[in-house]
Amino acid sequence: MKDTKSLDQPVIEAKGLNLVFQTSDGPVQALKDVNLTIGKGDFVSFIGPSGCGKTTFLRCIAALEHPTSGTLTVNGMTPDEARQKRAYGYVFQAAGLYPWRTIAGNIRLPLEIMGFPKAEQEERTERVLELVELKGFGKKFPWQLSGGMQQRASIARALAFDADILLMDEPFGALDEIVRDRLNEEVLKLWARTGKTIGFVTHSIPEAVYLSTKIVVMSPRPGRITDVIDSPLPKERPLDIRDSREFIEIAHRVREGLRAGHQDD
Amino acid sequence: MSALWIAVAVWLGAWALNVWLAGQPLSRRGFGRALVPLIFGATVLVLWEGLVRGLGVAPVILPAPSAIAAKISTSMPVLWQDFAQTILRGAIPGFLIGCGAAFLTAIAIDRSPFLQRGLLPIGNFVAALPIVGLAPILVMWFGFDWQSKAAVVVVMVFFPMLVNIVAGLQASERMQRDLMATWGASYWQSLIKLRLPAAMPFVFNGLKIASTLALIGAIVAEFFGSPIYGMGFRISTEVGRLGLDMVWAEIAVAALAGSAFYGLIALIERWVTFWHPSQRH
Repeated sequence: MKDTKSLDQPVIEAKGLNLVFQTSDGPVQALKDVNLTIGKGDFVSFIGPSGCGKTTFLRCIAALEHPTSGTLTVNGMTPDEARQKRAYGYVFQAAGLYPWRTIAGNIRLPLEIMGFPKAEQEERTERVLELVELKGFGKKFPWQLSGGMQQRASIARALAFDADILLMDEPFGALDEIVRDRLNEEVLKLWARTGKTIGFVTHSIPEAVYLSTKIVVMSPRPGRITDVIDSPLPKERPLDIRDSREFIEIAHRVREGLRAGHQDD
Repeated sequence: MSALWIAVAVWLGAWALNVWLAGQPLSRRGFGRALVPLIFGATVLVLWEGLVRGLGVAPVILPAPSAIAAKISTSMPVLWQDFAQTILRGAIPGFLIGCGAAFLTAIAIDRSPFLQRGLLPIGNFVAALPIVGLAPILVMWFGFDWQSKAAVVVVMVFFPMLVNIVAGLQASERMQRDLMATWGASYWQSLIKLRLPAAMPFVFNGLKIASTLALIGAIVAEFFGSPIYGMGFRISTEVGRLGLDMVWAEIAVAALAGSAFYGLIALIERWVTFWHPSQRH
């Protein structure tokens, strides 16, 4: 009984969410009346131009920002409670590895903080290193690896403690297209294998369409949602799905949504 | 006059040798790297010796290095006693207490914005007090022995350390702190695993500045009252007796001790902050 109930319950639910930043130039409305429901196992992309509030919304989910009004629940709790329960892993735009720790040491860090037993720390670190194909690089220091490898290590770090929700804020924004394509494929595989709920912020239309089951189109001033597209693409997605008609149609709708948002200016 | 010409010739020769050595691959490896400064140092001593002998400079104005060396070798017990009093009992305990107090204060300031507004200006005020005014007062408070010297050193090293540690605790990047927040880390976990390691380059800057201040403080404080030994006491009394060779001997000991102290801190720094771009090789 309890299980079916938790399946029906949305993982993330925002109702009438507003966030106003007080800046020296006066108040800035970063989010305006945001309503969104994310179900378990969804891969949700947030796309829109700079200043549309996509990162801010992700940070609200992670309790790194606090909405001024409206309700936001994560697993039925407030974001702060969910954070204390270690409900999510967060991957930032840059790897943000601690340079005084080895790659393995960085991945072990959240496990140390959460108080996993020593043996389990080692075992989990080994497993996620393998998952992101960094096996054998555990003893290297971050500055000895390329940007792409560092970002993979930061994903491994977010995966190590097995949170149900993975939040990624333009994780591949700084990488070149070839590396990016490969990492996109890897993220999809990972999502299929683990069944995590993923929130993914991006600038790139193809990336959003390729990865998501749900695409949230946002526009700036004030930051708001202009369109939510449920993708009809199958769960199994080879890279060349990007040449299919369905893919191009969704991409077209996203582009239209972005353009509509801009016309209001 | 011939001593002067020999000295000049040695100097020119060593100069040419160093220019040649600096261009060699040898000068980039461990022993070779030390060779050039060693030759330069030796050249300065030879030139000094030659100038003093050749020009007949009075020993009161500038004794020859050989005279200073002779004085050092005949007064070893006295020099050791002075060194133990001033460096081992005055400077080092004062340095440790001052740095430790600065560290605890920095944590307190970090925890409380109220203290940040209150304590930093007071620290600033204390640091602005001139040591020649402060030292006699502390000698009155803590007596003639090493305790008052350590107290002067504490006051001198406290503020530079405090400023550096407070700045260091703010040196971690926002993203690194956000990560700690997403993992639900406590204040102390975040302090120990992130902010203290990130602060280390600042802390070592402070320690290096404090190490030279500690030496100055311990020596100068003895000018205002001390037992009948100690480096500062010896310097002030020997100047009065025109025993300038002894003054120079004490200066040599102080310079060696200061360099060793600084070098030790720099060595530990290289080991602790190996990850910092300034330390990567």
